[in-house]
Amino acid sequence: MSPLDTLARVLEGNGLVTAFAFVGIVIWVSYLVSDLLTGGRIHGSAIAILGGLALAWLGGTATGGSRGLADISVLSGVGLMGGGMLRDFTIVATAFGVNFDEIRKAGVGAAISLVVGVLGSFVVGAAVAFVFGYRDAVSMTTIGAGAATYIVGPVTGSAIGASSDVIALSIAAGLVKSMMVMTGTPFVAKAIGLNNAKSAMVFGGLMGTTSGVAGGLAATDPRLVPYGAMTATFYTGLGCLLGPSVFYFVMRALVGG
Amino acid sequence: MVIYGTGLLAGCYLAGVFLGDLLGEVIGVEANVGGVGIAMLFLILASDALIKRGRIKPVTRQGVAFWSAIYIPVIVAMAARQDVVAALDGGVMAFTAGALAVVACFLLVPVLSRLGGSGEPLPEPDTAGDA
Repeated sequence: MSPLDTLARVLEGNGLVTAFAFVGIVIWVSYLVSDLLTGGRIHGSAIAILGGLALAWLGGTATGGSRGLADISVLSGVGLMGGGMLRDFTIVATAFGVNFDEIRKAGVGAAISLVVGVLGSFVVGAAVAFVFGYRDAVSMTTIGAGAATYIVGPVTGSAIGASSDVIALSIAAGLVKSMMVMTGTPFVAKAIGLNNAKSAMVFGGLMGTTSGVAGGLAATDPRLVPYGAMTATFYTGLGCLLGPSVFYFVMRALVGG
Repeated sequence: MVIYGTGLLAGCYLAGVFLGDLLGEVIGVEANVGGVGIAMLFLILASDALIKRGRIKPVTRQGVAFWSAIYIPVIVAMAARQDVVAALDGGVMAFTAGALAVVACFLLVPVLSRLGGSGEPLPEPDTAGDA
């Protein structure tokens, strides 16, 4: 056995530890790029997240799989490190020491933002579907639900019997949204007043995509993360509740069948 | 002991996700409803109460602080395992739907943030980039 085979076996057999080392290198390079190429203007973590997405594209292209870099066997640990369990566990950890009064003060605005965010995404997504020629209630509802999050889309689509290509489109719309929120937030943060706990909670409720909000706020100001993440985690549930019911009925009333 | 902090965090996480799943079943949706948010509330209330009574030693705090600090690297790993190829394959319509939804929501952030008075900006960060 060549030393390279042995190395591959060690990396595969210790997936999570390999992922720690690998992500460490990605972040180190990203901070170098941030310092040397942008003079620190673009935050290192924003570059790291963008780099992660680029690597996911490379991984997906190389393997044809759906889990980005995690489909490359020596890097399968990235899947565990970036999976739902550790993501949610570390998000909860950011809440330690957060001031409860801040959350109470933003309560009403955050609740309104959830409803506005879900409905707004539904309407925008359904309108785009209509413009592109998807004019039946089932397809418009499913694509509108995908514009909410890439979980609400397929859940809604399967519930109301959408075809699999429409469901795939709804997932793609949700993925585009999540990635745009991840990468775009630091650039618009100042313009939309994203510098306090209250606006972060409103932001989380409007955007809803937990990965997008978590990544976008992390690249803007990590101290905003717990506030945005807290409201965002209610969004997908609300979307799954409204999508196949209220939203579908309204669509059917509007366009028929 | 460090594990007391991590244990408290894990307990809050499991309790929150459990309640979120129950809530999803009660209202009949195939999703966890706010589990992580509920877990965060538990952790905030528990840490608040324990800190006020002086029951949290610095070393206990470290058991949570590590996981809180490892958050951004986890997010980078999360980005690296997204289905970017599928997002790009969705074509113009999927891209337009996702992008317009984001733009609309960005524009609504300042509008809704003003409801009931604007929030106080967080103080200037002292340690930029301690990820």
